[in-house]
Amino acid sequence: MNAIKKARNATTVFTRNWANFVIKYKWPVLLVSLTLALGLGSQGSMEFDGDYHVFFSKANPELEAFDALQEKYTKDDNVILVLSPSNGNLFTKENLTAIEELTAEAWNTPYSSRVDALTNFQHTSADGDDLYVDDLSYESSLKTDAEILEIKEKALKEPLLVNRILNEEGSVTAINITVRLPGEDINEIPGEVTPFVRNMISDFKEKHPNFEVHTSGLIPMNTAFFESSMKDMALTMIMLIIVIITTFILTRNIWSTLATLVVVMFSIMSAVGFVGLMGIKMTPPSAVFPTMILTLAVADSIHILVTMLQKMRKDGLNKVDALKESMRLNFMPVFITSLTTVIGFLTMNFGDVPPFWDLGNITAFGMLMAFLYSTTTLPALMAVLPVKSKVRKESTVVRKNWYAGLGNYVVKQPIRLTIISFLIIGGLTYLATKNTFNDEFVNYFDESVQFRTDTDYIKDHLTGIYNIEYSVGSGESGGINNPEYLKNLNAFENWLNEQPEVIHVNAFSEVARRVNRSMHGDDESFYRIPDNREEAAQYLLLYELSLPFGLDLNNQINVDKSETRVTVTIENVSSAEMIAFAKKGEDWLKNNTPEAMHTMAVSPTLMFSKLGFRQADSMLKGNIIALILISLVLMLALKNFKLGLLSIIPNVTPVLVGFGIWALYKAQINTGMVIVFGMTLGIIVDDTVHFMSKFLRARRELGYDAKQAVVYAFETVGKALVTTTIVLLAGFSVLSTSSFALNSYMARITVIIILAALIIDFILLPSLLILTSRKEATVAKNINEAQIALDK
Amino acid sequence: MKKIVFVLTVLIAFGMQAQTPEERGLKIAKAAEQADLGFKSSMVNLKMTLKNKNGQTSQRSLTTKTLELTEDGDKSLIVFNSPKDVKGTSTLTFTHKVGSDDQWLFLPSIKRVKRISSNNKSGPFVGSEFAYEDLSSQEVEKYKYKFLEEKGSLLVVEQDPVDPKSGYTRRLVTYNKDKGYRLERVEFYDRKNALLKTLVYSEYKLYKKKFWRASRFVMKNHQSKKETILEFSDYNFDVNLSDEDFTQVALKRS
Repeated sequence: MNAIKKARNATTVFTRNWANFVIKYKWPVLLVSLTLALGLGSQGSMEFDGDYHVFFSKANPELEAFDALQEKYTKDDNVILVLSPSNGNLFTKENLTAIEELTAEAWNTPYSSRVDALTNFQHTSADGDDLYVDDLSYESSLKTDAEILEIKEKALKEPLLVNRILNEEGSVTAINITVRLPGEDINEIPGEVTPFVRNMISDFKEKHPNFEVHTSGLIPMNTAFFESSMKDMALTMIMLIIVIITTFILTRNIWSTLATLVVVMFSIMSAVGFVGLMGIKMTPPSAVFPTMILTLAVADSIHILVTMLQKMRKDGLNKVDALKESMRLNFMPVFITSLTTVIGFLTMNFGDVPPFWDLGNITAFGMLMAFLYSTTTLPALMAVLPVKSKVRKESTVVRKNWYAGLGNYVVKQPIRLTIISFLIIGGLTYLATKNTFNDEFVNYFDESVQFRTDTDYIKDHLTGIYNIEYSVGSGESGGINNPEYLKNLNAFENWLNEQPEVIHVNAFSEVARRVNRSMHGDDESFYRIPDNREEAAQYLLLYELSLPFGLDLNNQINVDKSETRVTVTIENVSSAEMIAFAKKGEDWLKNNTPEAMHTMAVSPTLMFSKLGFRQADSMLKGNIIALILISLVLMLALKNFKLGLLSIIPNVTPVLVGFGIWALYKAQINTGMVIVFGMTLGIIVDDTVHFMSKFLRARRELGYDAKQAVVYAFETVGKALVTTTIVLLAGFSVLSTSSFALNSYMARITVIIILAALIIDFILLPSLLILTSRKEATVAKNINEAQIALDK
Repeated sequence: MKKIVFVLTVLIAFGMQAQTPEERGLKIAKAAEQADLGFKSSMVNLKMTLKNKNGQTSQRSLTTKTLELTEDGDKSLIVFNSPKDVKGTSTLTFTHKVGSDDQWLFLPSIKRVKRISSNNKSGPFVGSEFAYEDLSSQEVEKYKYKFLEEKGSLLVVEQDPVDPKSGYTRRLVTYNKDKGYRLERVEFYDRKNALLKTLVYSEYKLYKKKFWRASRFVMKNHQSKKETILEFSDYNFDVNLSDEDFTQVALKRS
């Protein structure tokens, strides 16, 4: 016991010296911290990266496979423009002319390499030995009604168009612009492609007001990511106002509010500097860091300020003494809660999603700096500022009674409350297992985002926006013309078309069939794979010779003509169904084709589908480490092994409760929510630390029995826990308004968890403390320790 | 006074020569055509190497026969020697100074000649970075011209294709006026006027003391990072081909 006592005294001496030093050298401290904050801030830079690639680590095997596929064929980032004329019929002279015009204009899109539309579809037909390959509708304004009717018939029969470029009714069509980004400048999409496309659309709408235009594709998704990052960053302002109001209400002092503001601003400036120095690019998940830091950092300041003002108002201490006393009481709790928060955020590095590494590291750094500024700048500033306070009798007696009342209520029935709590927690834990992962990237955005509503429109009226790609090999150079290969590919295409979730299949076997038919005078009975390899190869040569610029087969056939790409468009299905479907396709190839044709399904949709699972797997280790580390910190801080172990219950159960309630609310979890365990653990542990330390103090110093100690803990920290919880709830509620689901879901479940943590700390924790303390009730009386370090 | 007369004389002298860049460009193109006039017919073997971004390659080999015509565009016949599955496939093309070219293809697998009736000349030639329009006979009438600059013996002329279906907005062509106006390099700008490809001619040889022929064409696509190399060998200007060698019947024989 002596060693502990010594250590405790040592920390008390240390904090006392710290406070004395900071107050004595208040001006130099202010100057140094200002210089530090400005210095770091000046290194700051905010660049936004909307590329969906940022969500995947370099080692992600799905990303690797997808990039390899894009290297083999062409890299396809795209913009889909969907046109719906008000008359519900695309096939009029005016409408076709308008589509043709917009198609021509679309070729001018920066970095565009290909434009696929209804009008420039390369229609193949035969007349004897003459082969015609031409735009489906060229110079539409000169067409007669009969010709337009013919175009309509051709188009609605064309498997490459229907359900991809054209709907079955002929009332909605798409223009697909393929964009090949050099990827050299972060500004390529937001600065060049997106403004061009938006201008083009508004010009088109002005000229043709009878058309509705909807936009989707990877580029608009990119833009949506980019814009939601900026929007989420703007939430910082709302949070700042909330911080000012909260601080003012809690401290009722303008100078304290100002000092708090300085501390949180310094912390954010430093974090921004960290972003610049580390070269981190902002993404939607990491762009919320200012709000996070604000939320978490403000608690440090409030603890110190509230105690200081209390000492002045209630105990009548002068400003400097009150400040020193507050520092002495709060230094260790603030240190420990900052430490656990930093640990919690750093565990995000165990995950597989880079934007969350960034969020974790930036916030951890921000919290470290917030701790530093709260314990240096804040007291120095308060020492300088003309803070005056009248001694007045507390009006909070009533409230104190309320907390004590709650304490007494708990104390009366610990067993009953424990059983009820465990029943509820058990039930919710069972429910928590009913959550399923779903990372449908379209649903990352809520209906306030145009990308989402436009994409939903396209899904409802034209085609699917989710796809899966297979690069199917033949095993030999030029082998794609081998009839064996083509027959197998054709069978695969047919099998895919039979699957209920499939909307469209684009396979090379269709090209082979189509060209074969044309080579036999458009005889439908030749709409099949050519008979021998020479025929297939020579038909392909002929066909390729007749295709125009940008509409070649390079996006479907590799250079060596040994592999072709099968693109399957499917309905909106959940991540789990998407993964199952991709696997089903892989298995079909394994069971029905030679080995060379076996391949892995890839696509951005699939990558996102697997993201949550990968993140959960990789975060599991991180979460266990966080739990162990944080429990260790608690054991050391409380200097009690048993209570440290016991603390795991109130620290882990809120997360279970959170996910249990989530199962009743949405039942679908995304990648953003995987991180909440480590993150909230670092935050909610504060409640446990404060409550347990007060409980211990009452038992060790005041010789209370467990029941009395619980009531004492309620009386002393009840209010503080409620206030910090309110600040945290405010912060995460602000984040939960984000239009980006990775952020809003994460914030929403954090709100539930933090609230659950407070309830558990008020009901279950005291009950457990009483139940586990029963046997040693007499021993406790003998321990009479000095003021414990965690006191306040 | 003398000075003024001198200046005036100089001005007039320049004025006589003065021509718009358009006129000068056209003149250069005509000079180039003139310089290559009279080769009558030629035959050459060609190896085509396609390279993708990762350096994977694929090869084709062909033989090309050309018949010079003055009143209309040249006629050409291309025979594929490899890959094996297209061996013997051949194309016959009549280029026209005005309007779209005529093209036939002989497919040995079905022993038939097919006529390709297509206005599409801008697509890639057998999967390469060359478009058909890059390889076909360069008739003066197919472009509008604008002289841009002179660098030593090199003349740079901008050429805008007349065909609305061309894949290009313009080409920047560098002629070497001291070497029979042979082409040194061509830069291709796509429909949105961004640099798409660069073609560099090298290993020139002079045949019959008049006709410059490059043995190596390297076409680089700056957007896809793909590359195609053409290597010409065994130029033969003494084949004495005639119209009869450029008919559908001849196509079947070749």
